[in-house]
Amino acid sequence: MTIAFYLASAVAIAATIMVITRRNVVHALLYLILSLLAVALMFFALGAPFIAALEVMVYAGAIMVLFVFVIMMLNLGPAGVAQERAWLPPRMFVGPAILAAILLADLLVLLAGNPASAGQPQVVAPKAVSLALYGPYLLAVELASLLLLAGLVGAYHLGRREPKKEND
Amino acid sequence: MTEPWRSLVVIVGVLAIALLVIMAQVWLERRIIARWQDRRGPNRVGPFGLLQLIADVIKLFTKEDWTPPFADRPVFVLAPAVVMTAGMMSFAVIPFAPTIGIVDLNIGLLFFLAMSSMGVYSVVLGGWASNSKYSLLGGMRAAAQMLSYEVFMGLSLAGVVALAGSFSLRDIVEAQRHGWFIVPQALGFVVFLIAGIAETHRLPFDLPEAESELVAGYHTEYSSMKFGMFFVGEYVGIALVSAMITTLFLGGWLGPWLPPLAWFGIKTFFFMCFFYLMRGSLPRPRYDQLMAYGWKLMLPLAMLNLLVTGAFLAAR
Repeated sequence: MTIAFYLASAVAIAATIMVITRRNVVHALLYLILSLLAVALMFFALGAPFIAALEVMVYAGAIMVLFVFVIMMLNLGPAGVAQERAWLPPRMFVGPAILAAILLADLLVLLAGNPASAGQPQVVAPKAVSLALYGPYLLAVELASLLLLAGLVGAYHLGRREPKKEND
Repeated sequence: MTEPWRSLVVIVGVLAIALLVIMAQVWLERRIIARWQDRRGPNRVGPFGLLQLIADVIKLFTKEDWTPPFADRPVFVLAPAVVMTAGMMSFAVIPFAPTIGIVDLNIGLLFFLAMSSMGVYSVVLGGWASNSKYSLLGGMRAAAQMLSYEVFMGLSLAGVVALAGSFSLRDIVEAQRHGWFIVPQALGFVVFLIAGIAETHRLPFDLPEAESELVAGYHTEYSSMKFGMFFVGEYVGIALVSAMITTLFLGGWLGPWLPPLAWFGIKTFFFMCFFYLMRGSLPRPRYDQLMAYGWKLMLPLAMLNLLVTGAFLAAR
């Protein structure tokens, strides 16, 4: 399981690097899907199969399909690649890279100071997740559903049919 | 036999038999539909035309494997592989008999749903990478259709999970020892069956490839074995959905007298034939009808099923 975890992490990091360096949007999206799948595998190796399945179903399976769908509708083609190339010269990566390096150093210092934080992982079955969600975290679940309802109402409002004007 | 060897044998055996059944379906479908339509079907090559299949495979393999110059090559090659991989992966969680099955995940049902949502990419990316208008239209239809029908495919199974109290397919079969779920979950069964047909984009829901309007939809530009993968991928889907219906609603391997594996085979075979019957008898709906039907009828039905099941369980 440890080897599987590190392999999946390596794939996730490599895929994510590919996501930000690709010029072609669909290729970038494909790598993002790969990265999400690798993260799902990491969750699985850590003993959270339920979250792993949800990661694949919700993120890689539903949200990313929507992304691909929209990009297919826009149908950017070579013009989009050229624009991307003009907007993303290598020096654009310097700033974010420095900031990310600071964060990484921060994380390493924190981990080095507190090695015991990586406790023994244990397998969390789907039932345990549900019991936690509908027990102590019930309020958060309800709030999330409220947020989704707001999104639904908003989408309905945007997608409604305009009433026909009289003198058209 | 030691444990790792045994699992290796099971994995190879399940894969080989699944592939054989899937390939045999191509022949079976043509023969059965021919019978229903008062024709003879393929009957020239070998006894009962059984070798027709091998002839077709040889033909597919020896055809020119052409990638159009305007296509996005890496994605074009990747797309047909995705449908086969995702489909065959799902067979890992299906319990064929009490002792036969590759793995018993405690999230087995979710694994199936996750893999079927991965299968969407195959059609969508195939349509996009071909870089031709008919393929793109087919791919976009596929994306919208499969995304919509996936929603209540999952919802329709929530009732089964609630009754069985587990996502593990083995537990779900065991929970049906005193009555198949098709009786209390009749509504969920109908919704899942229809969503399953849409998910495999088989007739009458084959709008992504609707040959009367889109040439061949998402696989217009594909030839040789790349086309073969899409073609076989569809039959993987049929076998998979039939096996899932058997497991979830018809008690899987459970049944009197016959050995468990035989019961599983008979039930799955029945639903495969049902898929063929649908193809042979129903016309294709219009695209907006398909979407309206999904969101305005199937989704409320799946919700209603879940509500009633929940109320029933709470009252018990």
